[in-house]
Amino acid sequence: MILEARDVRKLYGAYVALDGVSLSIREGEFVSIIGPNGAGKSTLINVLTGMLQPTAGIVRFKGKDIGGIGMVALTRLGMARSFQLVQIFSELTVLETLQAAVVSRLGRGARIFASLAGDRRIQDDALEVAALFNLADKAHVLTRELPQGDKKLLDVASAFALRPEIILLDEPTSGVSTGDKHAVMEILVGAAKQIGLRAIIQVEHDMDIVFGYSDRIIALHQGKVLADATPAEIQADARVVDMVVGRRRSSASERPSPYPLPGGERE
Amino acid sequence: MRTPIVLSVVGVGILAIPLVAPAYYVTLMLPFMAYGVVLLGLNLLFGYTGLVSFGHALFIGIGAYTGAVLTTRFGVRQMELILPTAALAAAVVAAPVGALCVRYVKIYFGMLTLAFGMVFYTFLLKFYRLTGGDEGLRMLRPSLLGSEWAGFSKTAYLIGPYYYFSLAVLALATLLMWRIVRSPFGLCLKTIRDNPLKAESLGVSVPRYRWYAFMISAVYAAVGGALLATPTGNVDPTLAYWTHSGNIIFMVLLGGFSSFFGPLLGAFVFIFLQDTVMSVFPYWRLIFGAVLAFIVIFAPGGLMGLFAQRRPVEVSRA
Repeated sequence: MILEARDVRKLYGAYVALDGVSLSIREGEFVSIIGPNGAGKSTLINVLTGMLQPTAGIVRFKGKDIGGIGMVALTRLGMARSFQLVQIFSELTVLETLQAAVVSRLGRGARIFASLAGDRRIQDDALEVAALFNLADKAHVLTRELPQGDKKLLDVASAFALRPEIILLDEPTSGVSTGDKHAVMEILVGAAKQIGLRAIIQVEHDMDIVFGYSDRIIALHQGKVLADATPAEIQADARVVDMVVGRRRSSASERPSPYPLPGGERE
Repeated sequence: MRTPIVLSVVGVGILAIPLVAPAYYVTLMLPFMAYGVVLLGLNLLFGYTGLVSFGHALFIGIGAYTGAVLTTRFGVRQMELILPTAALAAAVVAAPVGALCVRYVKIYFGMLTLAFGMVFYTFLLKFYRLTGGDEGLRMLRPSLLGSEWAGFSKTAYLIGPYYYFSLAVLALATLLMWRIVRSPFGLCLKTIRDNPLKAESLGVSVPRYRWYAFMISAVYAAVGGALLATPTGNVDPTLAYWTHSGNIIFMVLLGGFSSFFGPLLGAFVFIFLQDTVMSVFPYWRLIFGAVLAFIVIFAPGGLMGLFAQRRPVEVSRA
Protein backbone atom coordinates (compact mmCIF):
# COMPACT_ATOMS: atom_id res chain seq x y z
CA MET A 1 0.00 0.00 0.00
CA ILE A 2 1.41 3.38 -1.03
CA LEU A 3 -1.13 5.89 0.16
CA GLU A 4 -3.86 5.45 2.69
CA ALA A 5 -6.39 7.55 4.55
CA ARG A 6 -8.01 6.34 7.76
CA ASP A 7 -11.26 7.86 9.02
CA VAL A 8 -10.31 11.29 7.73
CA ARG A 9 -12.59 14.10 8.79
CA LYS A 10 -12.22 17.69 7.70
CA LEU A 11 -14.38 20.40 9.14
CA TYR A 12 -14.60 24.02 8.03
CA GLY A 13 -16.22 25.55 11.08
CA ALA A 14 -19.45 23.64 11.42
CA TYR A 15 -19.40 22.45 7.81
CA VAL A 16 -18.31 18.85 7.41
CA ALA A 17 -16.36 18.54 4.15
CA LEU A 18 -15.03 15.05 4.79
CA ASP A 19 -16.88 12.76 7.14
CA GLY A 20 -14.79 9.71 7.91
CA VAL A 21 -13.13 8.89 4.61
CA SER A 22 -10.97 5.79 4.41
CA LEU A 23 -9.21 4.66 1.28
CA SER A 24 -6.03 3.00 0.20
CA ILE A 25 -4.04 3.14 -3.00
CA ARG A 26 -2.00 0.11 -4.00
CA GLU A 27 0.97 -0.41 -6.27
CA GLY A 28 0.19 -0.02 -9.97
CA GLU A 29 -3.32 1.32 -9.57
CA PHE A 30 -5.11 4.01 -11.53
CA VAL A 31 -7.81 5.27 -9.19
CA SER A 32 -10.49 7.81 -10.03
CA ILE A 33 -12.32 9.83 -7.43
CA ILE A 34 -15.76 10.91 -8.58
CA GLY A 35 -18.67 12.69 -6.98
CA PRO A 36 -21.03 15.61 -7.46
CA ASN A 37 -20.00 19.18 -6.68
CA GLY A 38 -19.58 19.66 -2.96
CA ALA A 39 -18.94 15.97 -2.34
CA GLY A 40 -15.53 16.81 -0.87
CA LYS A 41 -13.28 15.82 -3.78
CA SER A 42 -11.10 18.92 -3.69
CA THR A 43 -10.80 18.78 0.07
CA LEU A 44 -9.81 15.13 -0.17
CA ILE A 45 -7.11 15.91 -2.75
CA ASN A 46 -5.79 18.71 -0.58
CA VAL A 47 -5.69 16.43 2.46
CA LEU A 48 -4.01 13.65 0.49
CA THR A 49 -1.34 16.05 -0.79
CA GLY A 50 -0.52 17.42 2.63
CA MET A 51 -1.88 20.88 1.88
CA LEU A 52 -4.55 20.53 4.53
CA GLN A 53 -4.31 19.05 7.99
CA PRO A 54 -7.24 16.69 8.57
CA THR A 55 -9.40 17.58 11.57
CA ALA A 56 -9.34 13.93 12.59
CA GLY A 57 -7.97 10.73 11.15
CA ILE A 58 -4.64 10.05 9.53
CA VAL A 59 -3.12 10.13 6.05
CA ARG A 60 -0.08 7.98 5.38
CA PHE A 61 2.19 7.99 2.37
CA LYS A 62 4.63 5.08 2.28
CA GLY A 63 3.84 4.56 5.95
CA LYS A 64 4.62 8.15 6.95
CA ASP A 65 2.04 10.50 8.40
CA ILE A 66 1.75 13.39 5.93
CA GLY A 67 -1.16 15.35 7.42
CA GLY A 68 -0.55 19.04 6.61
CA ILE A 69 3.18 18.66 5.92
CA GLY A 70 2.83 20.79 2.79
CA MET A 71 3.55 20.28 -0.87
CA VAL A 72 7.26 21.03 -0.77
CA ALA A 73 7.94 18.29 1.75
CA LEU A 74 5.64 15.92 -0.09
CA THR A 75 7.41 16.33 -3.41
CA ARG A 76 10.60 15.27 -1.61
CA LEU A 77 8.84 12.13 -0.45
CA GLY A 78 7.78 11.32 -4.00
CA MET A 79 4.29 12.68 -4.53
CA ALA A 80 3.28 15.24 -7.14
CA ARG A 81 0.04 16.89 -8.13
CA SER A 82 -1.56 18.98 -10.81
CA PHE A 83 -4.39 21.43 -10.41
CA GLN A 84 -7.97 21.70 -11.55
CA LEU A 85 -7.49 25.31 -12.64
CA VAL A 86 -4.43 25.21 -14.83
CA GLN A 87 -1.33 26.55 -13.07
CA ILE A 88 1.50 27.80 -15.23
CA PHE A 89 4.49 30.12 -15.15
CA SER A 90 3.31 32.61 -17.74
CA GLU A 91 6.67 34.31 -18.42
CA LEU A 92 8.68 31.09 -18.64
CA THR A 93 9.02 28.87 -21.66
CA VAL A 94 7.77 25.31 -21.77
CA LEU A 95 11.30 24.02 -21.31
CA GLU A 96 12.07 26.39 -18.43
CA THR A 97 8.94 25.18 -16.66
CA LEU A 98 10.08 21.59 -16.94
CA GLN A 99 13.63 22.57 -15.98
CA ALA A 100 12.28 24.13 -12.79
CA ALA A 101 10.77 20.79 -11.82
CA VAL A 102 14.01 18.98 -12.62
CA VAL A 103 16.05 21.52 -10.63
CA SER A 104 13.76 20.92 -7.70
CA ARG A 105 13.95 17.13 -8.02
CA LEU A 106 17.74 17.14 -8.21
CA GLY A 107 17.95 19.57 -5.29
CA ARG A 108 20.00 22.03 -7.33
CA GLY A 109 17.97 25.15 -6.54
CA ALA A 110 20.65 26.52 -4.23
CA ARG A 111 23.22 26.61 -7.04
CA ILE A 112 23.36 30.38 -7.18
CA PHE A 113 26.25 30.89 -9.57
CA ALA A 114 25.97 27.72 -11.65
CA SER A 115 24.87 27.94 -15.26
CA LEU A 116 21.44 26.53 -15.93
CA ALA A 117 22.08 26.31 -19.66
CA GLY A 118 25.35 24.49 -18.98
CA ASP A 119 23.80 21.84 -16.76
CA ARG A 120 23.45 18.89 -19.10
CA ARG A 121 21.50 16.80 -16.64
CA ILE A 122 18.81 19.43 -16.16
CA GLN A 123 18.62 20.18 -19.89
CA ASP A 124 18.35 16.55 -20.93
CA ASP A 125 15.82 15.54 -18.30
CA ALA A 126 13.58 18.49 -19.13
CA LEU A 127 13.77 17.77 -22.86
CA GLU A 128 12.96 14.14 -22.23
CA VAL A 129 9.76 15.04 -20.41
CA ALA A 130 8.87 17.58 -23.10
CA ALA A 131 9.17 14.80 -25.67
CA LEU A 132 7.05 12.43 -23.59
CA PHE A 133 4.24 14.98 -23.59
CA ASN A 134 4.54 15.98 -27.26
CA LEU A 135 5.76 19.41 -26.23
CA ALA A 136 9.28 19.16 -27.66
CA ASP A 137 8.57 21.33 -30.69
CA LYS A 138 7.11 24.01 -28.42
CA ALA A 139 10.00 23.85 -25.96
CA HIS A 140 10.94 27.50 -26.45
CA VAL A 141 7.43 28.92 -26.59
CA LEU A 142 6.37 31.17 -23.73
CA THR A 143 3.84 29.32 -21.63
CA ARG A 144 1.29 32.13 -21.77
CA GLU A 145 1.24 31.86 -25.54
CA LEU A 146 0.31 28.17 -25.52
CA PRO A 147 -3.20 27.06 -26.41
CA GLN A 148 -5.30 26.11 -23.40
CA GLY A 149 -4.94 22.37 -23.94
CA ASP A 150 -1.14 22.58 -24.01
CA LYS A 151 -1.12 24.66 -20.84
CA LYS A 152 -3.02 21.89 -19.13
CA LEU A 153 -0.65 19.31 -20.54
CA LEU A 154 2.36 21.31 -19.34
CA ASP A 155 0.88 21.61 -15.87
CA VAL A 156 0.67 17.82 -15.73
CA ALA A 157 4.03 17.34 -17.49
CA SER A 158 5.86 19.48 -14.95
CA ALA A 159 4.42 17.32 -12.16
CA PHE A 160 5.71 14.26 -14.04
CA ALA A 161 9.12 15.92 -14.38
CA LEU A 162 9.48 15.51 -10.62
CA ARG A 163 9.52 11.77 -11.34
CA PRO A 164 7.21 11.09 -8.43
CA GLU A 165 6.15 7.66 -7.27
CA ILE A 166 2.55 8.69 -7.14
CA ILE A 167 0.68 11.53 -8.79
CA LEU A 168 -2.65 13.19 -8.03
CA LEU A 169 -4.34 14.83 -10.95
CA ASP A 170 -7.18 17.20 -10.21
CA GLU A 171 -9.34 17.01 -13.33
CA PRO A 172 -6.53 16.42 -15.84
CA THR A 173 -8.85 16.94 -18.81
CA SER A 174 -10.95 19.86 -17.59
CA GLY A 175 -10.79 22.68 -20.10
CA VAL A 176 -9.72 20.25 -22.81
CA SER A 177 -12.18 19.78 -25.66
CA THR A 178 -14.07 16.50 -25.79
CA GLY A 179 -12.22 15.45 -28.90
CA ASP A 180 -8.82 15.84 -27.24
CA LYS A 181 -9.53 14.27 -23.89
CA HIS A 182 -8.61 10.76 -24.90
CA ALA A 183 -5.46 11.95 -26.62
CA VAL A 184 -4.42 13.75 -23.43
CA MET A 185 -5.13 10.64 -21.37
CA GLU A 186 -3.15 8.43 -23.74
CA ILE A 187 -0.13 10.74 -23.43
CA LEU A 188 -0.51 10.76 -19.70
CA VAL A 189 -0.81 7.01 -19.27
CA GLY A 190 2.10 6.45 -21.65
CA ALA A 191 4.27 8.91 -19.72
CA ALA A 192 3.31 7.23 -16.47
CA LYS A 193 4.62 3.92 -17.79
CA GLN A 194 7.81 5.57 -19.05
CA ILE A 195 8.76 7.15 -15.77
CA GLY A 196 7.60 4.17 -13.71
CA LEU A 197 4.83 5.76 -11.68
CA ARG A 198 3.58 3.47 -8.95
CA ALA A 199 0.06 4.87 -8.89
CA ILE A 200 -2.17 7.58 -10.35
CA ILE A 201 -5.11 9.18 -8.61
CA GLN A 202 -7.35 11.48 -10.52
CA VAL A 203 -10.45 13.50 -9.77
CA GLU A 204 -12.54 13.57 -12.91
CA HIS A 205 -16.01 14.52 -14.04
CA ASP A 206 -15.91 13.04 -17.51
CA MET A 207 -17.34 9.55 -17.09
CA ASP A 208 -15.90 8.32 -20.40
CA ILE A 209 -12.45 9.08 -19.04
CA VAL A 210 -13.25 7.67 -15.61
CA PHE A 211 -14.60 4.37 -16.91
CA GLY A 212 -12.09 4.16 -19.74
CA TYR A 213 -8.91 4.35 -17.66
CA SER A 214 -9.57 3.46 -14.02
CA ASP A 215 -8.69 0.24 -12.25
CA ARG A 216 -10.83 1.36 -9.38
CA ILE A 217 -13.35 4.12 -8.74
CA ILE A 218 -14.04 5.80 -5.44
CA ALA A 219 -17.36 7.63 -5.37
CA LEU A 220 -17.74 10.41 -2.82
CA HIS A 221 -21.03 11.78 -1.68
CA GLN A 222 -21.52 14.40 1.02
CA GLY A 223 -18.09 13.81 2.44
CA LYS A 224 -18.41 10.06 2.65
CA VAL A 225 -17.25 7.18 0.51
CA LEU A 226 -20.36 5.96 -1.25
CA ALA A 227 -18.63 3.23 -3.20
CA ASP A 228 -15.10 1.93 -3.73
CA ALA A 229 -15.06 -0.68 -6.47
CA THR A 230 -14.04 -1.61 -10.00
CA PRO A 231 -15.64 0.24 -12.91
CA ALA A 232 -17.81 -2.79 -13.72
CA GLU A 233 -19.11 -3.00 -10.19
CA ILE A 234 -19.75 0.74 -10.05
CA GLN A 235 -21.72 0.55 -13.28
CA ALA A 236 -23.86 -2.21 -11.82
CA ASP A 237 -24.55 -0.26 -8.65
CA ALA A 238 -27.84 1.55 -9.28
CA ARG A 239 -27.43 3.76 -6.23
CA VAL A 240 -24.06 5.14 -7.37
CA VAL A 241 -25.22 5.52 -10.94
CA ASP A 242 -28.19 7.54 -9.70
CA MET A 243 -26.34 9.75 -7.27
CA VAL A 244 -22.96 10.24 -8.91
CA VAL A 245 -22.46 8.82 -12.37
CA GLY A 246 -25.73 9.95 -13.90
CA ARG A 247 -28.11 8.13 -16.18
CA ARG A 248 -26.74 9.65 -19.36
CA ARG A 249 -23.70 7.45 -19.15
CA SER A 250 -25.68 4.31 -19.95
CA SER A 251 -26.80 5.78 -23.27
CA ALA A 252 -23.47 7.23 -24.28
CA SER A 253 -21.46 4.50 -25.85
CA GLU A 254 -17.70 4.42 -25.65
CA ARG A 255 -16.39 5.89 -28.81
CA PRO A 256 -12.81 6.63 -29.59
CA SER A 257 -11.92 10.21 -30.33
CA PRO A 258 -12.25 11.03 -34.01
CA TYR A 259 -9.62 13.75 -33.68
CA PRO A 260 -5.91 13.55 -33.20
CA LEU A 261 -4.44 16.11 -30.79
CA PRO A 262 -4.30 19.36 -32.74
CA GLY A 263 -2.29 22.33 -31.67
CA GLY A 264 -5.15 24.76 -32.07
CA GLU A 265 -7.06 26.68 -29.43
CA ARG A 266 -9.36 24.53 -27.37
CA GLU A 267 -12.26 25.28 -25.15
CA MET B 1 22.61 38.98 -30.88
CA ARG B 2 23.02 42.71 -30.47
CA THR B 3 23.60 42.62 -26.75
CA PRO B 4 27.38 41.91 -26.77
CA ILE B 5 27.95 44.71 -29.29
CA VAL B 6 25.89 47.22 -27.33
CA LEU B 7 27.62 46.14 -24.13
CA SER B 8 31.11 46.55 -25.56
CA VAL B 9 30.29 50.00 -26.93
CA VAL B 10 28.79 51.07 -23.59
CA GLY B 11 31.75 49.53 -21.74
CA VAL B 12 34.33 51.37 -23.82
CA GLY B 13 32.29 54.55 -23.49
CA ILE B 14 32.20 54.34 -19.71
CA LEU B 15 35.93 53.61 -19.58
CA ALA B 16 36.65 56.64 -21.74
CA ILE B 17 34.36 59.15 -20.04
CA PRO B 18 36.96 60.46 -17.52
CA LEU B 19 39.34 61.08 -20.40
CA VAL B 20 36.96 63.03 -22.59
CA ALA B 21 34.05 64.41 -20.56
CA PRO B 22 34.09 67.51 -18.32
CA ALA B 23 34.76 66.70 -14.66
CA TYR B 24 31.22 67.64 -13.69
CA TYR B 25 29.66 64.93 -15.81
CA VAL B 26 32.23 62.42 -14.68
CA THR B 27 31.22 63.02 -11.07
CA LEU B 28 27.59 62.43 -12.07
CA MET B 29 28.62 58.97 -13.21
CA LEU B 30 29.59 58.04 -9.64
CA PRO B 31 26.05 58.00 -8.20
CA PHE B 32 24.94 56.25 -11.38
CA MET B 33 27.39 53.41 -10.77
CA ALA B 34 26.52 53.23 -7.07
CA TYR B 35 22.79 53.12 -7.84
CA GLY B 36 23.51 50.61 -10.57
CA VAL B 37 24.73 48.16 -7.94
CA VAL B 38 21.73 48.91 -5.72
CA LEU B 39 19.28 48.40 -8.57
CA LEU B 40 20.76 45.12 -9.75
CA GLY B 41 19.94 43.82 -6.29
CA LEU B 42 16.55 45.50 -6.04
CA ASN B 43 15.54 44.03 -9.37
CA LEU B 44 16.44 40.52 -8.29
CA LEU B 45 13.65 41.02 -5.78
CA PHE B 46 11.33 43.05 -8.01
CA GLY B 47 11.77 41.79 -11.55
CA TYR B 48 12.84 38.23 -10.84
CA THR B 49 11.05 37.29 -7.61
CA GLY B 50 8.00 39.53 -7.89
CA LEU B 51 8.38 41.37 -4.59
CA VAL B 52 8.32 45.17 -4.39
CA SER B 53 10.31 46.50 -1.47
CA PHE B 54 9.44 50.03 -0.36
CA GLY B 55 12.15 49.99 2.25
CA HIS B 56 15.31 49.29 0.35
CA ALA B 57 16.79 52.66 1.28
CA LEU B 58 17.28 50.96 4.65
CA PHE B 59 20.08 48.89 3.17
CA ILE B 60 21.54 51.79 1.19
CA GLY B 61 21.64 53.58 4.53
CA ILE B 62 23.35 50.65 6.22
CA GLY B 63 26.01 50.61 3.52
CA ALA B 64 26.61 54.35 3.56
CA TYR B 65 26.69 54.59 7.36
CA THR B 66 29.02 51.59 7.57
CA GLY B 67 31.44 53.54 5.39
CA ALA B 68 31.03 56.76 7.36
CA VAL B 69 31.28 55.12 10.78
CA LEU B 70 34.31 53.05 9.78
CA THR B 71 36.21 56.00 8.31
CA THR B 72 35.36 58.60 10.94
CA ARG B 73 35.03 56.56 14.11
CA PHE B 74 37.30 53.58 13.62
CA GLY B 75 39.94 54.92 11.29
CA VAL B 76 39.30 52.15 8.80
CA ARG B 77 39.93 53.76 5.42
CA GLN B 78 40.38 50.83 3.07
CA MET B 79 37.47 50.57 0.64
CA GLU B 80 38.37 46.90 0.26
CA LEU B 81 37.39 46.46 3.92
CA ILE B 82 34.47 48.88 3.92
CA LEU B 83 32.54 47.13 1.15
CA PRO B 84 32.59 43.62 2.70
CA THR B 85 31.74 45.10 6.11
CA ALA B 86 28.78 46.93 4.58
CA ALA B 87 27.67 43.71 2.91
CA LEU B 88 27.97 41.80 6.16
CA ALA B 89 26.07 44.46 8.14
CA ALA B 90 23.28 44.37 5.58
CA ALA B 91 23.12 40.58 5.69
CA VAL B 92 22.92 40.62 9.48
CA VAL B 93 19.98 43.05 9.39
CA ALA B 94 18.32 41.49 6.34
CA ALA B 95 18.29 37.98 7.79
CA PRO B 96 15.63 38.60 10.46
CA VAL B 97 13.87 41.44 8.60
CA GLY B 98 13.66 39.34 5.45
CA ALA B 99 12.55 36.22 7.28
CA LEU B 100 9.60 38.20 8.61
CA CYS B 101 8.76 40.14 5.45
CA VAL B 102 8.80 37.23 2.98
CA ARG B 103 5.88 35.63 4.77
CA TYR B 104 3.79 38.38 3.25
CA VAL B 105 3.22 39.31 -0.36
CA LYS B 106 2.11 42.25 -2.47
CA ILE B 107 1.18 45.39 -0.58
CA TYR B 108 1.73 43.73 2.82
CA PHE B 109 5.31 42.90 1.94
CA GLY B 110 5.80 46.44 0.66
CA MET B 111 4.32 47.99 3.80
CA LEU B 112 6.41 45.83 6.10
CA THR B 113 9.62 46.76 4.32
CA LEU B 114 8.53 50.38 4.45
CA ALA B 115 7.93 50.06 8.19
CA PHE B 116 11.37 48.58 8.81
CA GLY B 117 12.89 51.32 6.69
CA MET B 118 11.21 53.97 8.82
CA VAL B 119 12.33 52.28 12.03
CA PHE B 120 15.91 52.46 10.79
CA TYR B 121 15.47 56.09 9.68
CA THR B 122 14.29 57.00 13.17
CA PHE B 123 17.19 55.08 14.67
CA LEU B 124 19.61 57.13 12.56
CA LEU B 125 17.93 60.36 13.68
CA LYS B 126 17.79 59.56 17.37
CA PHE B 127 20.99 57.66 18.12
CA TYR B 128 23.03 60.78 17.80
CA ARG B 129 26.20 59.45 19.39
CA LEU B 130 26.70 56.76 16.76
CA THR B 131 25.01 58.29 13.75
CA GLY B 132 25.36 62.05 14.18
CA GLY B 133 21.56 62.49 14.17
CA ASP B 134 20.06 64.64 11.44
CA GLU B 135 23.41 66.15 10.59
CA GLY B 136 24.78 62.75 9.77
CA LEU B 137 28.41 61.78 9.47
CA ARG B 138 31.18 62.65 7.13
CA MET B 139 32.46 59.97 4.85
CA LEU B 140 36.20 60.46 4.78
CA ARG B 141 38.08 59.71 1.62
CA PRO B 142 38.66 55.97 1.55
CA SER B 143 41.90 54.46 0.38
CA LEU B 144 41.77 52.36 -2.76
CA LEU B 145 44.09 49.46 -3.51
CA GLY B 146 46.21 50.40 -0.51
CA SER B 147 46.84 53.96 -1.65
CA GLU B 148 45.54 57.18 -0.06
CA TRP B 149 45.93 59.01 -3.39
CA ALA B 150 47.27 61.87 -1.29
CA GLY B 151 48.47 63.90 -4.24
CA PHE B 152 45.00 64.04 -5.75
CA SER B 153 42.58 66.90 -5.21
CA LYS B 154 39.06 65.91 -4.21
CA THR B 155 37.79 66.11 -7.77
CA ALA B 156 40.83 64.43 -9.25
CA TYR B 157 40.41 61.59 -6.77
CA LEU B 158 36.72 61.18 -7.61
CA ILE B 159 37.03 61.32 -11.38
CA GLY B 160 40.20 59.24 -11.41
CA PRO B 161 40.84 56.34 -9.06
CA TYR B 162 37.41 56.36 -7.43
CA TYR B 163 35.66 56.37 -10.78
CA TYR B 164 37.49 53.28 -11.95
CA PHE B 165 37.14 51.59 -8.60
CA SER B 166 33.34 52.14 -8.72
CA LEU B 167 33.28 50.89 -12.27
CA ALA B 168 35.12 47.72 -11.28
CA VAL B 169 32.66 47.10 -8.45
CA LEU B 170 29.71 47.69 -10.77
CA ALA B 171 31.18 45.38 -13.40
CA LEU B 172 31.76 42.63 -10.86
CA ALA B 173 28.28 43.10 -9.39
CA THR B 174 26.77 42.93 -12.87
CA LEU B 175 28.69 39.80 -13.76
CA LEU B 176 27.65 38.03 -10.56
CA MET B 177 24.02 39.04 -10.98
CA TRP B 178 24.10 37.92 -14.61
CA ARG B 179 25.14 34.50 -13.37
CA ILE B 180 22.58 34.49 -10.57
CA VAL B 181 19.59 35.12 -12.82
CA ARG B 182 20.76 32.41 -15.23
CA SER B 183 21.38 29.81 -12.56
CA PRO B 184 19.06 27.07 -11.35
CA PHE B 185 18.51 29.34 -8.36
CA GLY B 186 17.42 32.19 -10.65
CA LEU B 187 14.95 29.90 -12.37
CA CYS B 188 13.40 29.01 -9.01
CA LEU B 189 12.96 32.73 -8.28
CA LYS B 190 11.18 33.22 -11.61
CA THR B 191 8.77 30.37 -10.88
CA ILE B 192 7.90 32.08 -7.60
CA ARG B 193 7.35 35.39 -9.36
CA ASP B 194 5.00 33.81 -11.89
CA ASN B 195 3.04 31.42 -9.70
CA PRO B 196 3.92 30.70 -6.05
CA LEU B 197 1.29 27.95 -5.73
CA LYS B 198 2.64 26.06 -8.72
CA ALA B 199 6.22 26.64 -7.54
CA GLU B 200 5.38 25.02 -4.21
CA SER B 201 3.78 22.08 -5.96
CA LEU B 202 7.05 21.55 -7.83
CA GLY B 203 8.90 21.48 -4.52
CA VAL B 204 10.27 25.04 -4.57
CA SER B 205 10.10 26.39 -1.04
CA VAL B 206 8.65 29.84 -1.66
CA PRO B 207 9.52 31.56 1.64
CA ARG B 208 13.05 30.22 1.62
CA TYR B 209 13.86 31.39 -1.90
CA ARG B 210 12.23 34.74 -1.28
CA TRP B 211 14.43 35.07 1.77
CA TYR B 212 17.57 34.26 -0.21
CA ALA B 213 16.61 36.86 -2.82
CA PHE B 214 15.94 39.40 -0.10
CA MET B 215 19.36 38.81 1.45
CA ILE B 216 21.18 39.11 -1.86
CA SER B 217 19.36 42.29 -2.76
CA ALA B 218 20.08 43.78 0.66
CA VAL B 219 23.78 43.04 0.26
CA TYR B 220 23.78 44.67 -3.17
CA ALA B 221 21.99 47.73 -1.79
CA ALA B 222 24.53 48.09 1.00
CA VAL B 223 27.52 47.79 -1.33
CA GLY B 224 25.91 50.41 -3.57
CA GLY B 225 25.21 52.57 -0.53
CA ALA B 226 28.84 52.41 0.58
CA LEU B 227 29.95 53.38 -2.94
CA LEU B 228 27.49 56.27 -2.90
CA ALA B 229 28.80 57.64 0.40
CA THR B 230 32.12 58.88 -0.99
CA PRO B 231 30.82 61.20 -3.73
CA THR B 232 27.99 62.28 -1.41
CA GLY B 233 30.59 63.23 1.22
CA ASN B 234 28.15 63.60 4.06
CA VAL B 235 25.97 60.65 5.01
CA ASP B 236 22.66 61.65 6.57
CA PRO B 237 19.35 59.96 7.46
CA THR B 238 17.60 61.06 4.25
CA LEU B 239 19.57 58.26 2.56
CA ALA B 240 17.37 55.82 4.47
CA TYR B 241 14.16 57.83 4.13
CA TRP B 242 11.25 56.23 2.33
CA THR B 243 11.25 58.74 -0.53
CA HIS B 244 14.70 57.42 -1.36
CA SER B 245 13.20 53.92 -1.57
CA GLY B 246 10.63 55.43 -3.89
CA ASN B 247 13.34 56.95 -6.08
CA ILE B 248 15.07 53.65 -6.66
CA ILE B 249 11.78 51.95 -7.52
CA PHE B 250 11.22 54.79 -9.97
CA MET B 251 14.61 54.12 -11.53
CA VAL B 252 13.73 50.44 -11.97
CA LEU B 253 10.38 51.30 -13.57
CA LEU B 254 12.00 53.94 -15.75
CA GLY B 255 14.52 51.51 -17.17
CA GLY B 256 12.25 48.46 -17.19
CA PHE B 257 12.16 45.72 -14.58
CA SER B 258 11.67 42.85 -17.00
CA SER B 259 15.03 43.44 -18.60
CA PHE B 260 18.36 42.63 -16.96
CA PHE B 261 19.98 45.93 -17.95
CA GLY B 262 16.79 47.98 -17.64
CA PRO B 263 17.47 49.13 -14.07
CA LEU B 264 21.00 50.25 -15.01
CA LEU B 265 19.61 52.31 -17.86
CA GLY B 266 16.98 53.65 -15.47
CA ALA B 267 19.63 54.76 -12.98
CA PHE B 268 21.61 56.48 -15.72
CA VAL B 269 18.65 58.34 -17.18
CA PHE B 270 17.34 59.27 -13.73
CA ILE B 271 20.62 60.80 -12.59
CA PHE B 272 21.25 62.79 -15.73
CA LEU B 273 17.63 63.79 -16.22
CA GLN B 274 17.41 64.95 -12.62
CA ASP B 275 20.55 67.02 -13.09
CA THR B 276 19.33 68.57 -16.33
CA VAL B 277 15.81 69.31 -15.11
CA MET B 278 17.03 70.71 -11.80
CA SER B 279 19.33 73.14 -13.55
CA VAL B 280 16.51 74.72 -15.54
CA PHE B 281 13.45 74.14 -13.37
CA PRO B 282 13.44 73.89 -9.58
CA TYR B 283 10.35 71.68 -9.33
CA TRP B 284 11.96 68.60 -10.81
CA ARG B 285 9.60 66.28 -8.96
CA LEU B 286 6.75 67.72 -10.98
CA ILE B 287 8.43 66.63 -14.19
CA PHE B 288 9.40 63.26 -12.76
CA GLY B 289 5.88 62.62 -11.57
CA ALA B 290 4.62 63.20 -15.09
CA VAL B 291 7.32 60.91 -16.49
CA LEU B 292 6.39 58.18 -14.02
CA ALA B 293 2.70 58.46 -14.91
CA PHE B 294 3.59 58.28 -18.60
CA ILE B 295 5.71 55.17 -18.11
CA VAL B 296 3.13 53.32 -16.06
CA ILE B 297 0.37 54.05 -18.56
CA PHE B 298 2.10 53.95 -21.92
CA ALA B 299 5.35 52.08 -21.43
CA PRO B 300 5.03 49.54 -18.63
CA GLY B 301 8.17 47.88 -19.96
CA GLY B 302 10.16 51.04 -19.28
CA LEU B 303 12.78 52.45 -21.64
CA MET B 304 14.12 48.96 -22.35
CA GLY B 305 10.63 47.89 -23.28
CA LEU B 306 10.60 50.61 -25.94
CA PHE B 307 13.87 49.37 -27.43
CA ALA B 308 13.51 45.66 -27.14
CA GLN B 309 11.17 44.12 -29.67
CA ARG B 310 10.40 41.18 -27.43
CA ARG B 311 11.90 39.14 -24.68
CA PRO B 312 14.60 37.12 -26.42
CA VAL B 313 14.11 33.40 -26.27
CA GLU B 314 16.70 32.04 -23.95
CA VAL B 315 18.92 29.53 -25.61
CA SER B 316 19.00 26.59 -23.29
CA ARG B 317 20.91 24.17 -25.45
CA ALA B 318 24.34 24.76 -26.78
